[in-house]
Amino acid sequence: MKKKGPLYALFLSLILLLPGCSSLTVLNPKGPSARTLSDTIILSILVMLGVLAVVYILYIFVLVKYRAKKSNEGYIPEHEEGNKVLETIWIVIPIIIVAFLSVVTVKTTNAVENQAKEYKDQTPLVIYASSSNWKWHFSYPEEGIETVNYVNMPVHRAVEFRMYSFGSITSLWIPQLAGQKYAMSDMLTTLHLSADTEGSYMGRNANFSGKGFAHMEFEALVMSSKDYEDWVKEVKETAPKLTEKEFKGLLATDYLGRKTYSSTHLEFSPPPGEHSEHMSGGGKEMDMDNGNMDHQDNKEIHPSPEPSSETEFDSQPNPEVEQPLPSSPVDEHTHDSNS
Amino acid sequence: MKIDASKPLEYSTEENSNKIFGFWVFLGAEIPLFATLFTVYFVMVDRFASGPSGSELFEIGPVLIETFLLLTSSFTIGLAVHAMRLGYKKAMMVFMALTLLMGLGFIGIEITEFVTYVHEGATLQTSGFLSSLFVLLGTHGAHVSFGFLWGTAIMIQLWRQGINPATANKAFIFSLFWHFLDVVWIFIFSFVYLKGLM
Amino acid sequence: MDLEKFKVHGEPLIYGAMISIALATIGILVGLTYFKKWGYLWREWLTTVDHKKIGVMYILAALLMLFRGGVDAMMMRLQTAAPEMKFLDAQHYNEVFTTHGLIMILFMAMPFIIGLMNVIVPLQIGARDVAFPRLNAVSFWLFFFGAMLLNISFVIGGSPDAGWSAYFPLASLEFSPTVGNNYYSLALQISGIGTLITGVNFIVTILKMRAPGMKLMKMPMFTWSVLITNVIIVFAFPVLTVALALMMFDRLFGSQFFTMANGGMDMLWANLFWVWGHPEVYIVILPAFGIYSEIIATFSKKNLYGYTSMVFSMLIISLLSFLVWAHHFYTMGQGAMVNSFFSITTMAIAVPTGVKIFNWLFTLRKGRITFTTPMLYTLAFIPIFTIGGVTGVMLAMASADYQYHNTMFLVAHFHYVLIPGAVFAVIAGFHYWFPKVFGFRLNERLGKHSFWWIVISFNVTFFPLFFLGLMGMTRRMYTYSEESGFGPLNMLSFAGAVGLAIGFVLLVYNIYWSTRYMPRDTTSDPWDGRTLEWATHSPMPVYNFAVVPKVTTMDAFWNAKQNKTPLFEDKITKIHMPSNTGKPFILGVIFFFLGFFLVFSMWIPAIVAGVGVLIMLAAMSFDRDHGYYISVDEVMATEKKLMRGETV
Repeated sequence: MKKKGPLYALFLSLILLLPGCSSLTVLNPKGPSARTLSDTIILSILVMLGVLAVVYILYIFVLVKYRAKKSNEGYIPEHEEGNKVLETIWIVIPIIIVAFLSVVTVKTTNAVENQAKEYKDQTPLVIYASSSNWKWHFSYPEEGIETVNYVNMPVHRAVEFRMYSFGSITSLWIPQLAGQKYAMSDMLTTLHLSADTEGSYMGRNANFSGKGFAHMEFEALVMSSKDYEDWVKEVKETAPKLTEKEFKGLLATDYLGRKTYSSTHLEFSPPPGEHSEHMSGGGKEMDMDNGNMDHQDNKEIHPSPEPSSETEFDSQPNPEVEQPLPSSPVDEHTHDSNS
Repeated sequence: MKIDASKPLEYSTEENSNKIFGFWVFLGAEIPLFATLFTVYFVMVDRFASGPSGSELFEIGPVLIETFLLLTSSFTIGLAVHAMRLGYKKAMMVFMALTLLMGLGFIGIEITEFVTYVHEGATLQTSGFLSSLFVLLGTHGAHVSFGFLWGTAIMIQLWRQGINPATANKAFIFSLFWHFLDVVWIFIFSFVYLKGLM
Repeated sequence: MDLEKFKVHGEPLIYGAMISIALATIGILVGLTYFKKWGYLWREWLTTVDHKKIGVMYILAALLMLFRGGVDAMMMRLQTAAPEMKFLDAQHYNEVFTTHGLIMILFMAMPFIIGLMNVIVPLQIGARDVAFPRLNAVSFWLFFFGAMLLNISFVIGGSPDAGWSAYFPLASLEFSPTVGNNYYSLALQISGIGTLITGVNFIVTILKMRAPGMKLMKMPMFTWSVLITNVIIVFAFPVLTVALALMMFDRLFGSQFFTMANGGMDMLWANLFWVWGHPEVYIVILPAFGIYSEIIATFSKKNLYGYTSMVFSMLIISLLSFLVWAHHFYTMGQGAMVNSFFSITTMAIAVPTGVKIFNWLFTLRKGRITFTTPMLYTLAFIPIFTIGGVTGVMLAMASADYQYHNTMFLVAHFHYVLIPGAVFAVIAGFHYWFPKVFGFRLNERLGKHSFWWIVISFNVTFFPLFFLGLMGMTRRMYTYSEESGFGPLNMLSFAGAVGLAIGFVLLVYNIYWSTRYMPRDTTSDPWDGRTLEWATHSPMPVYNFAVVPKVTTMDAFWNAKQNKTPLFEDKITKIHMPSNTGKPFILGVIFFFLGFFLVFSMWIPAIVAGVGVLIMLAAMSFDRDHGYYISVDEVMATEKKLMRGETV
């Protein structure tokens, strides 16, 4: 009476997955935060496999040994109370396992809620990520630029995302760089991440937010700091300013391709106030009601990026402005405002 | 139906004592209900947006009268149950009627208060604080109003049938309900009005 | 009046649904008239206060809802079977997964479990009915009409589309302008009140109406689990009541609880919802633990191992269930401290649950295990649920959850918990207690066929979702691109879903087949049972026990059989029974209309219906019907007939 079901499915799944093991994006991290999480997940899987093994071995043993068969016909099992020693064992051992995992959890949660050790000394690059139906706006207050549906950042650089939403709760998730966090309308949340490797990573909204939710994907492009600076420079020179009117138009449009601007919406539409009692680390006790002012101040002390990050990165950065989403399934929908 | 004469009338049958116990359990469910409403209120109390805050809105006068009426009615419903145990139908009816009248007075004042608030521009739609205030007070007020109707129905049955195990049981359960509303009011009085006025 | 808002625009699918609902309704009405069954239906079912019949109605409704929710599930799996499928559009997909969640949890799992507890608990404690039989009927009809209200939303006005958790501001009028979420707040409210009343009723029943001698620590484990579950209901459901009321105020009367301006707070909804929502999970799972405990003991012919620790583990689980709600939104930015606290409380639940798993395994040890259909489901539960449990511990780790949250990994996890933890349990309980209620068993061969279909297909459907989650596929996506690479595993999952559907169709076919061809079970004790429900006839007479049993030990019936000691010593006396009443049914109907009018903001009719509710309550208060007596002769005659194996 073995349970073939799970094994069968496991086997099939593994076969399907073998060609693309790296397709498990969560377990293929490209930054310290995602790596911490990936390690945590693998550790917990190993511990849990141990637990499963104990249960399964015991299970198969009792089923094989004590099943009704000819030889034990007429056997009436004896009345059996519990056993103090045995019951204590299966209370104490799980407590030890849970205690161990609790320690791991507390440590890693604290780790990923703060900037990674390697990048602790840097003043992070602050990017405001705000969502509206159904797109992402990325504002770089220090650089004074803003993008829609894509975000570029330098490699080996501490990045601090500050998220909020112009509507439903959404969740910013770039699985290969960090875990997700909600963006909400009445509170600013913070996500620390940094990337070790240049490349293009999938980012998306992970929290259901209505009709266009499935299409709320964006590209997170990690580039060398030189390319990043070039890109910023180019944007500032070529991209149009983001006026309040233009921004309102953006908010009212359901589906947008990529957009790039040489100013941010933060000046005329400040983010919600920071409820510092809800926030974990970071330790930044600034008044977010005029958060963009603070960033103007930050600009002076903004240090130059790590020297090691200047690698020979020769692939093109992504300076194309207004490039539509490739093969976006939104074409069938109206691009006009309908809210 | 077995009647156990050694117990008070309202407990005298198995069904009766089950009903009383069941009502206690129901009150057990009312506690998380009001606890949730209070929690919502405490979360919302400082979120008055552009509307008035509690200290700008509340007036102690009517609230004191409401408190006086409800506390006294709790006392009279106790007297009604006492009269019931002694078998004085008339006294019981009088005390119950007093209780219900005071309940009615309470509802009247509360409605006037709500109307005043609305005239001052403080409506359910104004702010999170006012929404939670109206719903917390309104839920309590709705309980009192329901209690008024329920109590009236019981009085009609008492008047028609006299004091018997069934009516005694109902009246006793009603008294539990009424005392409970009183307790809730004390919390509203202390944590909504007094705290808001401070 | 603007008729436009009642219409649902859509595809052939919607129109098909409308037509099939209309046809089914007409068919039922014509059939009832043709066979002159209206009177029978009214006398025997719509007005009944008998806990067994109410239980049967709960289970029938739950089976219906299982198929409604199952069709939703099939549509979802079909839509996501391949990249860029065009079967459903975003709006309909959103409505379908929302109703799937609501129906499966609130209108399938819960009523199925409440149905089983209605049928079995009074029998297990040796009682003649529940404490408040009429309130029990009120409970049922409120649940039933709440469920109906949600179901008509699909064809009148549109279903809720903001997910079963209905997070604000998405569920607010601004972002969900259809009446769908009005249906949500009212349908759940009405059936929720019914559930709350059930909670009160069963607490009193179990605490006050046990047979003499049945101490608390001698109660069957299922009864224990039901008691604890109902305590959870009484403390958790008022929170839902408040949350739904606030939602209704926000949507219908423009209050500012969860809005984005004027001091509203969207996070408050998430907190309120999950303060109820997490205990709700245990409301469906604890009784399942009880059912499994009964079945394992019966089919290994052994008493339950570690009875005391089983009881205490359930008590601890029920306490902890109120302390873990924030693990549903670790990603809301409440910080590492808060998340760590909730991580630890959540993982702590693994300890008492583990105790239960080991106690079950040790009950099996040294037993004599027979593999009947109910036992097969129980044995499948242990390894599959353990996967659900260990992935639960993984999800409980706040840091790791930043990567699992809202992904298919989570979807896989909760299906691995809820399907073996609740669905297998109710199916097992259904097979196990079926002969008690109907007097014949379900066919074992067909039962095992459907078991293997269900249990294998279940794993094929849901195991791939763990991997999809780790690949970065989030839940509630109605479509995905070819390049994402999600296609093959989703297709596999769809194949599994087809297998599950076949399994469930076989299950229903088995009910049909067994009703026609299975021989009557004349023993009243087909499984060699241990608890009191097997001590009376199958099917049992309206009064359950001619004489109230006297209990001295745990597993009273087994003990009586082994030691040849009598359970029923007293003489037969006249039996007091509650009489039927149509008022609960009418109250349910009025509540249905009240809900419907409120959904569409039709104030005058709503006020009329509201007054109707008050009038019905008054009518119930003025009711002087104190039941009737069954005379000794009548009881004797019935017992004699039952002894001969006739039905009554």
